Amino acid sequence: MSEIAQLQPGPRMRHGSNIGQPLTRSEGRLKVTGGATYAADNHPDGLLHAVIVPASIARGRVVSLDVAAAKAHPGVVEVMTPENRPPLAMDPYEKSNPLMFRMNLLKDDTVRYAGEPIAVVVAETLEAAKEGAILLAPRYEAERPEVTLDGDVFKPQAVGPGMPAEATKGDVEAALASAAKRVEATYETPPQYHNAMEPHAVVARFDGDKLQLDMPTQGLAMSRMRIAGLFGLKPENIHIRSPFLGGGFGSKGSVSSPEALGILAAKLTGRPVKLVLAREEMFGSVGHRGQTRQTIKLGLDETGALTAFDHLTRAATSRFDDFVEPASGVGQALYKVPALHTSHEAVRIDTGTPSFMRAPGEASGSIAFESAIDEAAFAAGMDPLAFRLKNYADVEPISDKPFSSKALKECYREGAERFGWQDRPLEPRQMRDGSGRLLGWGMGTAIFPALMFQGNARAVIRRDGSGVMEAGGHDMGQGAWTALAQIAADGLGLPMEALEFRSGTSDLPDAGVAGGSTHTATAGNAIYSAGAAVIEKLTALAVGDERSPLFGAGNVGVIARDGRLIRQDDEGVGESYADILERADLDEIEGSGQGAGDPSAQEAYAMYAHGAVFAEVAVDPDLGQMRVNRLVGAFAAGRVINPRMVESQYLGGMIWGLSFALHEKAVHDRRSGRIMNANFGEYHVPVNADLQGMEAILVAEDDPHVNPLGIKGVGEIGITGTGAAIANAVWHATGIRVRRFPIGLADLLG
Amino acid sequence: MNRFDYIRPKNVAEAVAAASEPGSAYLAAGTNLLDLMKGGVSRPERLVDVTHLPGLDRIETLADGAMRIGALVKNSELAYDEAFSARFPAVAEALLSGASAQLRNAATVGGNLLQRTRCAYFYDTASACNKRAPGSGCDAIGGENHGHAVLGWSEHCIATHPSDFCVPLTALGAIVKIEGKDGRRDVPITDFYLLPGDTPDRENVLSPGEMIVGVRLPAEAAGFAANQRYLKVRERTSYAFAVVSAAAALRIEDGTIAEARLALGGVAARPWRAIEAEAALAGAPASRASFEKAAEAAFADARPSGDNAYKIALGKRIVTRALAMAASGTPEVMPALPASPFAPLSEGVIHV
Ligand SMILES: Cc1cc2nc3c(=O)[nH]c(=O)nc-3n(C[C@H](O)[C@H](O)[C@H](O)COP(=O)(O)OP(=O)(O)OC[C@H]3O[C@@H](n4cnc5c(N)ncnc54)[C@H](O)[C@@H]3O)c2cc1C
Ligand code: SF4
Repeated sequence: MSEIAQLQPGPRMRHGSNIGQPLTRSEGRLKVTGGATYAADNHPDGLLHAVIVPASIARGRVVSLDVAAAKAHPGVVEVMTPENRPPLAMDPYEKSNPLMFRMNLLKDDTVRYAGEPIAVVVAETLEAAKEGAILLAPRYEAERPEVTLDGDVFKPQAVGPGMPAEATKGDVEAALASAAKRVEATYETPPQYHNAMEPHAVVARFDGDKLQLDMPTQGLAMSRMRIAGLFGLKPENIHIRSPFLGGGFGSKGSVSSPEALGILAAKLTGRPVKLVLAREEMFGSVGHRGQTRQTIKLGLDETGALTAFDHLTRAATSRFDDFVEPASGVGQALYKVPALHTSHEAVRIDTGTPSFMRAPGEASGSIAFESAIDEAAFAAGMDPLAFRLKNYADVEPISDKPFSSKALKECYREGAERFGWQDRPLEPRQMRDGSGRLLGWGMGTAIFPALMFQGNARAVIRRDGSGVMEAGGHDMGQGAWTALAQIAADGLGLPMEALEFRSGTSDLPDAGVAGGSTHTATAGNAIYSAGAAVIEKLTALAVGDERSPLFGAGNVGVIARDGRLIRQDDEGVGESYADILERADLDEIEGSGQGAGDPSAQEAYAMYAHGAVFAEVAVDPDLGQMRVNRLVGAFAAGRVINPRMVESQYLGGMIWGLSFALHEKAVHDRRSGRIMNANFGEYHVPVNADLQGMEAILVAEDDPHVNPLGIKGVGEIGITGTGAAIANAVWHATGIRVRRFPIGLADLLG
Repeated sequence: MNRFDYIRPKNVAEAVAAASEPGSAYLAAGTNLLDLMKGGVSRPERLVDVTHLPGLDRIETLADGAMRIGALVKNSELAYDEAFSARFPAVAEALLSGASAQLRNAATVGGNLLQRTRCAYFYDTASACNKRAPGSGCDAIGGENHGHAVLGWSEHCIATHPSDFCVPLTALGAIVKIEGKDGRRDVPITDFYLLPGDTPDRENVLSPGEMIVGVRLPAEAAGFAANQRYLKVRERTSYAFAVVSAAAALRIEDGTIAEARLALGGVAARPWRAIEAEAALAGAPASRASFEKAAEAAFADARPSGDNAYKIALGKRIVTRALAMAASGTPEVMPALPASPFAPLSEGVIHV
């Protein structure tokens, strides 16, 4: 189906035998045979089952709960309410940084959003717990909630993970006033809820002051710290196992209220407790992508050059916490423009707090901004690709910094060529398929910042010549078990078979949060440098020992490859790791490494992954039903560790972009504030038939600045660009510009 | 889930006796009922499992050419039965456009006929719903009702019947075969479902304990085999309920429509037979003008029940299209996307 342009090994790849190989997932067989143990697959002896009782009003308070009726149901062991919830060591509303979300842990009888847990029922069986929850028959005093963006507006202090809410360059007003052409449009994006295949789950066991948790998390260390704080436990007494996540998408980055409630239930009952969210409970207390209304103004001169833009996002946050979708930021790095202004405003509504959802800010911002760019191109009478090339940014517009690398022109070229873009008519409603359905072509530029968190790893070479790499990484399905092991093998100069890679538990070195598309870069660089530290020690042992064939080779240098050190100037001369350790009479040799951003490089360069996405959409002109015929994305994101995994990330991201453009939306009843489509029957995501063919092209890019391995993130960028490419294609097919997402068939009936 | 008794009767008589006790419900494949039970929408005290009853899993051709389908025949089995799909291709097409392959492999004929509405307020036990809790009100009115009824609704309920299968069955005049304490009876499907009126909880003519034992398609219905289609417009290409759908069947003689059958899905509390439209088509040329006239007739009495006026405009276009597709002939093979606007189309069917 797809074609992979394999990355050629770059000049800085020292060993290079594993990195770049399209290995299949090392745990794939376990997964397809049911052998992979997800959190909810753990059943310790004496296990109890807990369910949360979600509030069915969005604002007000709980007046009564029939605890006696619930407890009288056979099998029900305990009902946890604000009355008997065990004390916590800290206020779950305490917030010391923007990544720390306020938790709803049965503080009082107030209801802040539909779906907020108002009690937890614990029983010997799941069925009994569920029936107990129904028997609680909560009664409420309800107030009328607000779930739209039409309420009181305030200026947020910060947006997303603590980013500035506003940025300015040049005189936007003057530039817009004097522009030869202006485009102004308002776009709306709906609330969307992360729905990983694996819902949030925890199996919690206390053993004295020790806590054992099976719990999917994208941040082992962060989750451990959060739980340690809440429960007053020493971090080292908490052991979290999270070997596999059935998807996270940002919602498992920090511990959410339900997991903490599961732990509280274990504390209350003194027995191991399992709490797994039901699908409908995923639409409440575990974060979501908040709705936005975005107004974009663009100014153009006579030649079609952008002279200014203004991007204002109004976003929703909850009544009790702050997370404002940072959607206005996306244009800051996209096109050459002398004046720009990006800002945010927010409205408090009665929902759970929005949070990070795959490409937070970028996804919502991109579908609006790249739609506006399409509108501007048409206003300028230019082909959308020619328009983008005309306004190509050689330096980051907001900062005037050079890019650490930017192969976007190659992405445009390779993507457009593969798609066949050059034959596109400028006017809409010009193309039909053989049966008379309208066809449209649209494109969008994809962009995502190349970030780095901090991560650590520990490496060991054992006397038998084999190696161990330890890094508390997170495999969310993206392939960390495989890709990180590939880096580990190269870092240690070992074949994959001689490597034991340990990951996915909280007792290992903290390899950094798997978020912000940083995991391979952060953990990978930590792993690589841990490997290098061990090799350095081994090298010192060898070259300093006259019994070694490598004695004295220090100056010319040695290479680690296939479990051996060899002379750089004469590859015939070398010695195996095992021999070196044997002679030195050492059982093993150890080293550790770090991965983190280089502040001076980050100061000097703007760092982003880029891409170009092209879409063909067919629309039935009478009935409005749409289908995506083709999607082609070309992406450049630095070094590719495993092209198979990277391709999957791009394809998955692009499908999400399709979902954003045409399907996904949570529908609130405005009177009750409840989400009326909190299930997979009605909360639509694309099915296979919605997309006839797709392709991701991996464009080669060498980045000497982002980090030593030259890795940028690939997990989120695929959504950006794609949503707008499809929306623009729908416009090109029909001539109808829909600015409220997702686009539905009723919008196209004309 | 509430505690309930589970009964597995040996024959229809035992099943009927068991289900005649108050608080009972028949359980077929459970693809709808179990969801309702898990959500606390339906809380039966005893389940009478009919899936092991003998004799209800057959697809038979009767001497006069009619076909009888047992209530336990799986949706996919029926769709792939060659004798059946040759005579009633639009029924097969409708079946294959419903749900997903896995659901179709499980779901039964009887269960499909009796599946409940997809109205979100019916599923949400915190909402007022006259169908679920008679007299409590209808929160769909004034709420999220983009998908609700435009025909036959009342101020007490604006829900639609979601089945695809039942739409061509209604067009083709299928008979529902029923067995109860008082014996057997046959009810035409057009009389089987009740409009909501002020008792939306009463959805059909079944008395307590009565079960569906099968469906019969009359011999004369096979006369439409050459020109019949099912068209289903939906919000995604597959695995979605109809926004609006239509089953159209024509008998064309020398370019003139001798007889027409038309039913609509997703527009009313029952699969909607469009008698006036059929009358308008009889004797008319098989032309776009006739189809458009019929579409107007089909929706003459339609009115929005909320934020859904678009369904009327869309419905007319669907009828016109379905009739045009039927007129251009039943396809030789079932399209890969059955009933979809993205299935292959003959030339000229798309208009604007
Ligand atoms: C996600 C999803 C998507 C779907 N999409 C579609 C779609 O696109 N189109 C569509 O048409 N359908 C769709 N369906 C509905 C599906 O067709 C029905 O769930 C199925 O046909 C019900 O059959 P069953 O045998 O499972 O019935 P059950 O769930 O067992 O029963 C349904 C009802 O019928 C009663 N019942 C069953 N058999 C008898 C009998 N013989 N006599 C009397 N009463 C009986 C039961 O008591 C119950 O009230 C979808 C369902 C799901 C879950
Ligand atoms: S439309 Fe009918 S099913 Fe829906 S809430 Fe109203 S009464 Fe209930």
